[in-house]
Amino acid sequence: MTNLTPARPIENAYTAGQLPRWAPLLILISSLATFVIIFMFVQAGQPASQFNIVGAVLFGVLLYILVLVTVSRLVEGHRQAIDRLVTSLVALAFLVALLPLVSLLYTVVINGAARFDLDFFTLSLRNVVGEGGGAAHAIIGTLQMTLAAALISVPIGLLASIYLVEYGRGRLAQAITFFVDVMTGIPSIVAGLFAYSLIVIFFGPGVRLGIAGALALSVLMIPVVVRSSEEMLRLVPNELREAAFALGVPKWLTVLKVVLPTSVAGITTGVMLAIARVIGETAPLLVAAGFTNNFNYSLFSDRMQSLPVYVYSSYISQGTDAQAYIDRAWAGALTLILIVMALNLLARLIAKIFSPKTGR
Amino acid sequence: MTSTAASRIRAKQRPGDRLFSGAALAAGALILAILAAVAAFLVVQGIPGITANPEDTTLLEGTDFWTYVGPLVFGTVWSAAIALIVAVPIAIGIALFISHYAPRPLAATLGYIIDLLAAVPSVVFGLWGANVLAVGVQPFYAWLAENFSWIPLFAGPASGTGRTVLTASLVLAVMVLPIITAISREVFLQTPLLHQEAALALGATRWEMIKIAVLPFGRAGIVSGAMLGLGRALGETMAVAMVLSASNVITFDVISSINPATIAANIALSFPEAYGLNVNVLIATGLILFAITLIVNTIARYIVNRRKEFSGAN
Repeated sequence: MTNLTPARPIENAYTAGQLPRWAPLLILISSLATFVIIFMFVQAGQPASQFNIVGAVLFGVLLYILVLVTVSRLVEGHRQAIDRLVTSLVALAFLVALLPLVSLLYTVVINGAARFDLDFFTLSLRNVVGEGGGAAHAIIGTLQMTLAAALISVPIGLLASIYLVEYGRGRLAQAITFFVDVMTGIPSIVAGLFAYSLIVIFFGPGVRLGIAGALALSVLMIPVVVRSSEEMLRLVPNELREAAFALGVPKWLTVLKVVLPTSVAGITTGVMLAIARVIGETAPLLVAAGFTNNFNYSLFSDRMQSLPVYVYSSYISQGTDAQAYIDRAWAGALTLILIVMALNLLARLIAKIFSPKTGR
Repeated sequence: MTSTAASRIRAKQRPGDRLFSGAALAAGALILAILAAVAAFLVVQGIPGITANPEDTTLLEGTDFWTYVGPLVFGTVWSAAIALIVAVPIAIGIALFISHYAPRPLAATLGYIIDLLAAVPSVVFGLWGANVLAVGVQPFYAWLAENFSWIPLFAGPASGTGRTVLTASLVLAVMVLPIITAISREVFLQTPLLHQEAALALGATRWEMIKIAVLPFGRAGIVSGAMLGLGRALGETMAVAMVLSASNVITFDVISSINPATIAANIALSFPEAYGLNVNVLIATGLILFAITLIVNTIARYIVNRRKEFSGAN
């Protein structure tokens, strides 16, 4: 039997009317190339102008979407075309969100590097009018106030979450859950105003203290700690508690010796993330702790500088040598970002390494 | 044999138990007390500001408190609204991208990257907005003012520095993106798998599946995420204070150099130099901001909680 083999294989009926897999990529590359070339011509026409990479990519992507949707509509039909349009729009949304992040990190690193030196971490701004000086006083202030805020909010937050998980039933627990949620939404500047009005009662009007800043920060920090610890405590399997009770262990010892050690990694992570959140707060410290150019090691006397407020005041009140102030502001911003990122990374590491291995 | 049902066995109360549960209860109650104190102190310190005689304070400049705070409230709501209009569609897109489009192993990493945006301190956003973004968008504003000045929003003349309410709103939009994304992403991921597979089995494309299965399921999540984002945008201080060059006016023009201030930014800018009754006036504006965000957040939480009870996700 001699079979007549067709000269060309028959097209697969299931892939007919579909764009091949490589088509979108090809369209993307060619439309990007088109606009890069167009923009190069434009630039060649105007020698003074710079090559506009953002514009080229933007128009290239728009052309890509247009061409892809048209081609898909012709080949695959209306529904597939819409699907492809949405897919590209969704991916575009993600890229658009990356744009500010990349731009921000890039500018902070580039501009911050100028003054990111030893002086910056050892000197204060006392008697500095132009170049030089540093942010040591602000870094010390930030560390002190954040530490004080953590010392206030971690015990309160942890105990409150223990109450919610282990003891709380009925209306009071519901009320606390609800108001913790409400508290997460307090604008940071309102927390600052609260701390200021509280301090004014004891020390008279116009007073700014480091401890007031710490109080404002703890108003912002407590709800975050409660939320995250509560979540972690709820993850502890009930069997562990029941086993402890069955052995005759009192409830408070069960919580202290069984529940807390099991969830300590998660709680630590939550606390560190909470610290990372409040360490960058500016507004409450500006209102409650004020700003200064001097070292101040005492939370209970005089104004206290902090790193975010340092960045803000360097930017807002530029002296005669404006560039020096701007440089210091960027260096402060870089330090701040590094601290926050380090805290975030550390928190994730702790969560990853020390979390108990559950069956899930 | 006694027929009385054995009364519920009560655990023995040791001193340690009493102390520990008492401490936990006290901490819980303390949180309520702190919140009440925040409200009380703002009211006590704010009332002298509201009733202040306009001649006694330099801030009010002869007008009464409500004429002073009106434009501020407008600016706060206006800038937050623009930020939300920009941020919500993008956030939904990102959430969908992470939950339904990105390759599975990549999704978690992409989520972290968006969360990074939330970790950047607001003062850094302010610095970036004023020095980079404002400069970058200024030519675009000039173009808008030239070609679209018949739209009241772009009436112009365009600001020379780019530090307008639209720039501030764009910065706010970037700042609230991670919140809205995180909450929408979570509800999108909770969409019952069976609904999605059923839609696909009926021949729906991926977008049609999302439209008929995922989005209706996640609508409440999107709304509450947007409300929480709105709460954050309303209260955001530093970014607006550093980006906006503000005057106390009501205007819908988003690209000119005359812009309405927001409550929070106004407090941050005026508070360090304030004295006497001016402090009370500023605290009173803070009280109004507190009330606005409280209402917005309560509505958001109400929607989230209602959804929790009725959804079949758990």
